[in-house]
Amino acid sequence: MSSVSTAKTAPPQFDVEAVRRDFPTLSQQVNGKPLVYLDNGASSQRPEAVLLAMDRYYREMHSNVHRGAHTLGDRATNAFESAREKVQKFLNAPSSRQIIWTRGATEAINLVANGLTEKLKPGDEILLSQMEHHANIVPWQILAERTGAKVVPIGVTPEGELDRESFHCLLGERTRILAFNHVSNALGTINPVADMVAKAKAQGVITLIDGAQAVPHFQVDVQALDCDFYVFSAHKMFGPTGIGILYGKADLLEAMPPWQGGGEMIERVSFAGTTYNTLPYKFEAGTPAVAEAVGLGAAIDYLASLDRGAMEAAENALLRRANDLVASVPGMTVVGTAANKVPVMSFTIEGLHPSDIGTLLDQQGIAVRTGHHCAMPLMEFYEIPGTARASFAFYNTLEEVEQLFTALRKIQSRFA
Amino acid sequence: MSSSANDFASNPLGTSITLEELYDAFELLDDWEDRYAFIIDLGKQLPPFPDAQRTEKNYVHGCQSQVWLIHHYDKESGKLLLLIDSDAIIVRGLAAIILLAFNNLTPTDLLATDIDKLFERLDLFRHISPTRGNGLRSMISKIRNIAAAEIA
Repeated sequence: MSSVSTAKTAPPQFDVEAVRRDFPTLSQQVNGKPLVYLDNGASSQRPEAVLLAMDRYYREMHSNVHRGAHTLGDRATNAFESAREKVQKFLNAPSSRQIIWTRGATEAINLVANGLTEKLKPGDEILLSQMEHHANIVPWQILAERTGAKVVPIGVTPEGELDRESFHCLLGERTRILAFNHVSNALGTINPVADMVAKAKAQGVITLIDGAQAVPHFQVDVQALDCDFYVFSAHKMFGPTGIGILYGKADLLEAMPPWQGGGEMIERVSFAGTTYNTLPYKFEAGTPAVAEAVGLGAAIDYLASLDRGAMEAAENALLRRANDLVASVPGMTVVGTAANKVPVMSFTIEGLHPSDIGTLLDQQGIAVRTGHHCAMPLMEFYEIPGTARASFAFYNTLEEVEQLFTALRKIQSRFA
Repeated sequence: MSSSANDFASNPLGTSITLEELYDAFELLDDWEDRYAFIIDLGKQLPPFPDAQRTEKNYVHGCQSQVWLIHHYDKESGKLLLLIDSDAIIVRGLAAIILLAFNNLTPTDLLATDIDKLFERLDLFRHISPTRGNGLRSMISKIRNIAAAEIA
């Protein structure tokens, strides 16, 4: 099914029940109750199309890529490279050379942090934000330790938005790198990427955007954002685990040294000296995760087959309903109330630890994430040990939102 | 500051409340709400934890909630006294069950106690399974290490 033909025939209302049938995991019972899966921010589920694409790849075309002088090798290479082209179109990247396969967003950030070593001198500054996932903090701290540079966090407002004033103050002469998330995993805040990138760019600062929580929810155009690097993981956007993407501006990628050595990333190896392969292969040492790449390609096709505008509207309706119901749970506080959010609700309930909430919801078949969400500096800012987080996907229903709140009211009245 | 015998004197878990009583009571509960209400109530039996003992040394790592554990080896009776605290009410309750099994035993008896079997019998094993990541596993190994150290 091509995206064009579906766009014409798609009903004006998003048919969530039809979409749910595409996800086998969703139709099961947990603890004797129908599963309500609200932990999509940690990892989403996969549609049948992704499972089938990976199965078919292994059954019909598996071989090593870019190597075999035989038919299976050609099929595997075609499937692999056509998945790369799908990612290129998905992000509206200028060329598929700029799409590097990684193990996930985390590895992509590590790759860039490692590759920018030469750009930093002692006293230079790497500007992050207080709402980053540890994956977008620790690689920069390691880089800072290695180079004598300094990691500086942009502040967050009580509502959970990036503090504009703090950003303007901190973006200074010594800033060399600006790295922050497109969407906060812990709060759901959508950050003003294009605007911040433009300001950083005006000062020659290199920018990296962690898009792991953005791509499952809305379309991203890396050329419009104009960031230097954009990273995401497949498993949070309905694709397989173990694969992710680094997009980078061609000149920066060209200038960066390779970070892992091995097969595939070389042009010619000799003990007198080795020359490296061209982009993107320079950064792809070893046999890649071919089936996973194919699976990610299938996830992108699947998303393209849906009406993304209608999907976004349906997701916003989920968040609105959740917001409307907060007052029905005594002692419930939402953490992160930014004006511009994806459907994520982080919250606390007086008298209960987030881990209590998680355990008691699980008893009712409801899966949420609890804890610090790998964003300890943000929890420190709010002076809380953590939150419970309901993170919705387009396949969640308004009934599931109601079920969550019915369960929370029961927990609060019986146990808090 | 080391813990004194007084901190442990008022602990009913493993002394005046026994495992057999827990099994009997648990058998009468058939829905999850009653079971968890019971576990949470059991957690309320934990004696107050001395504030001065909330130190890095006594902190149990690997828990989402904050968990502390202290012990006192009573040379006279040869028994190991334990005290646990947590800011999560379910972890407190599960800690109370662990104390029912482990508290007030000789280190030898403690090491011979099959805690996994106990939690299986209560149908609560998933809470202490290594995959759960709520730190109860590390609490249990910390207690076992303390017992082993007393024997050595």
